[in-house]
Amino acid sequence: MSKTDATVDERIKETSKLRKALIRPELGAIVGTIAVFAFFIIFAGNSGMFNAQGVLNWSTVSAQFMIIAVGACMLMIAGEFDLSVGSMIGFAGMSIAIISVTLGWPIWVAILLTFALCIAIGALNGIIVVRTGLPSFIVTLAFLFILRGFTIFFPQLIERRTIIGGISEAAEGDWLAPLFGGKVGGGFFIWLGDLGVIEVFSRGTRAGQPVVDGIPMLIIWALGLVAIAHIILTRTQFGNWIFAAGGDAQAARYVGVPVNRVKIQMFMFTAFCACVFATCQVIEFGSAGADRGLLKEFEAIIAVVIGGALLTGGYGSVIGAALGALIFGVVQQGLFFAGVESSLFRVFLGVILLFAVILNTYIRRIITGER
Amino acid sequence: MKAVMKTVTIAAVAATAMISANAAMAEGERYVLVSHAPDSDSWWNTIKNGLALGGEQMGVTVEYRNPPTGDLADMARIIEQAAASAPDGIITTLADFDVLSGPIRNAVDAGIEVIIINSGTPEQAREVGALMYVGQPEYDAGFAAGQRAAGDGVASFLCVNHYIAQPASTERCQGFADGLGIDLGNQMIDSGQDPSEIQNRVMAYLNANPDTDAVLTLGPTSADPTILALDQMGLAGDIYFGTFDLGGDIVQAISDGVIEWGIDQQPFLQAYLPVVVLTNYHRFGVLPGNNINSGPGFVTADALGLVADLAGEYR
Repeated sequence: MSKTDATVDERIKETSKLRKALIRPELGAIVGTIAVFAFFIIFAGNSGMFNAQGVLNWSTVSAQFMIIAVGACMLMIAGEFDLSVGSMIGFAGMSIAIISVTLGWPIWVAILLTFALCIAIGALNGIIVVRTGLPSFIVTLAFLFILRGFTIFFPQLIERRTIIGGISEAAEGDWLAPLFGGKVGGGFFIWLGDLGVIEVFSRGTRAGQPVVDGIPMLIIWALGLVAIAHIILTRTQFGNWIFAAGGDAQAARYVGVPVNRVKIQMFMFTAFCACVFATCQVIEFGSAGADRGLLKEFEAIIAVVIGGALLTGGYGSVIGAALGALIFGVVQQGLFFAGVESSLFRVFLGVILLFAVILNTYIRRIITGER
Repeated sequence: MKAVMKTVTIAAVAATAMISANAAMAEGERYVLVSHAPDSDSWWNTIKNGLALGGEQMGVTVEYRNPPTGDLADMARIIEQAAASAPDGIITTLADFDVLSGPIRNAVDAGIEVIIINSGTPEQAREVGALMYVGQPEYDAGFAAGQRAAGDGVASFLCVNHYIAQPASTERCQGFADGLGIDLGNQMIDSGQDPSEIQNRVMAYLNANPDTDAVLTLGPTSADPTILALDQMGLAGDIYFGTFDLGGDIVQAISDGVIEWGIDQQPFLQAYLPVVVLTNYHRFGVLPGNNINSGPGFVTADALGLVADLAGEYR
C-alpha cells in the first residue's frame, strides 16, 4: 500500500516557494503593470498624469474596464465567452433611461428592473449555449446584434431620438442612485485641498473646492467585485467548480460538478457586471445613448487575456484580469499624457496584447511543464 | 527574460523617438481639441488638418483627441484627462450637454480656457463658461439660405427633414421659411432615414403639391435620394434645389446644375480659428466680442473647382 519515493503523488509533491510564486497566472500582468508604470513615470511623470486629477482619470477608466473584465474573466475560466457585453451596456443604460425618464417611474425601480432584465438575458445566453452545445462565441455574437438593435429601436420608437437625457433630475434624492453615481471621501479631499496637497478650482461657483471631490462609486464597485470574485474563485468550492467546468467539462461532470448550472450562473454574473457598468455610467452622466459600450466586449476580453487567463478556459485569475484592466486603462489614458498621437493608441494596444499573450504562454509552459 | 527586456528597450526607444518628435514642435501654448467623432468618420479629417495648420502658423502645440468608437461617455473621460494634463486651452464639441457639461465646467473652473465648436449652441457654450462658440448656428444658416432663395424668386418650398428628432434640423427649415418671409406650415416633411422611403415621400409630396418652387435637403442622407426622385420626375435642374452640407453626390449634382447651392459649414474654420483666437487671447489678451459663425458658406457651380480639389483635406 505504501508508495516508494519515486512515485510520490504529484498532488502532494513539495514545490519551492519561488516556484509557487511563479506559478501564478497573474505573474505576466504584474510584470506588465510595473513596466507600464515605469514607462509612464519616466515619459509622462510631470505631465499631470500623476497629479490628483490625472490619477483619478486613469483610475476611473481602469475601474470601468475592471468591472467588465471581472465578469469576462470568471466566464472565460468557466470555458465560455460573452461578446454581448458591450451591447448589454448600451441596452441596460437605455432601459434605465426609458423606465425612469419616459415612463416616469422612480429611478430605483428602473435600476432594479434593469438588473433583473439583464441577468435574465445573461441566463438566456447561458441556457442557449448549454442546451444547444453551440459555441458561446456565436450565441453571444447574435445577442450583440439583437441587444444593440433594440437599444437603437426603442428610444427611436418612443422618443424619436437615440439619446435620452434627464436622468440626473430623475435620480435626485433617490436612495439607490448614489450607490452607483455617488462619491465617497469628499471631506478627506476637501482637507487635502485645504492643505494644498491637491489643486483647487481657481474660479467659478466651486472656486476653492478641490479639483477631485471624492472617489467615484465606480471605483469602489470595481475593487469590491474584484475582491469578491477573487475570494469565490480561490477560496470556495464553487470556485473550484468554475475551474473544473472550464478545464474539462466532461471530467467535471463525472465527479459531480453541476457544469451547466455553473456556466449559466457565470453568464448571469457577466450580465450583472455589464449592468453595474451601465448604471454607474448613466447615473454619472445623466443620459443614455444608443452608441454606449461599443466594442467594450473586446476590451474586457483583452484585459482578461493580458491578465493571464487561457482563452480555452480552466486557467486564469481575477487579480490578473484586474491588473490587465489597469494596464489597459493606464496605457489608454497615459499615451495622451505622454503626448503620443492618439491614432497610435491601437498600435500600442495591439503590441501590448501580443506581447502579454506571448509572455504569459511562455511563463505558463515553463512553470507547468506542458509540452 | 533577456529577450523580453530587449523588446521592452526597443519599444521604449521607439516611443521616445515618437514623443520627442512631438515635443520638438512644443513652444509656448498647448491646445487640445476634443471631438465626438469616431475614428471612422472622415468628415473630421478637415478639422484635424485645420487644427494642425493653425498650430503650425501660430507656433503652438496642438493635439487632437477623439473617442475611437464615438462613445460620448468616453469623450467625457477624454475631456477630464485633457484638463488633468493642464493645457492652456481646450477646444471641444458639445455633442450631448448632459454628458459633457460637467467635465467642461470643471476644466473651465480649473482655469483652462474653453472654446466650443461645431455641436451645441451659443447659449450652451455660455452656460458651461466657454469663451465663445465657433460653428454654424442652424437657424441663421437657414435664414441666410432663405434670403438667397427669395432673391432667386422662390415663394414656396419643401424641406426634406431626415432627422426630425434633432431640434437643430427643424431650426434649419424654420430659418429658411423665415428667410423667404413665408410660414413653414406643413412644408417640412419627416422623411425618415431610409433612402427609398425618402425618395418616395419626396415624389409623393411633389405630386400632391405640383406648384412647389424649391426643395431644401438637410444633408447627404436626404439630398442623395432627393436627387434620384427629381431625376425620375423629370424635375432635375428645373426645380430650385438647395442643400445643407456637402458630399460626393451633392458636389456632382452641383456641377450638373441640379443643385443650386450647397451650404458648407466650413469645418476647417471650426478648428483653425479657435487656435488663432486662443493664442492671441493668451499672448495679447485680445478676444473677438462675439461668437464666430464658421458658416454658412455657399458652394455653387462656380466655386466648385477649389472644393473638388481640396475635398476631404481643407474643405
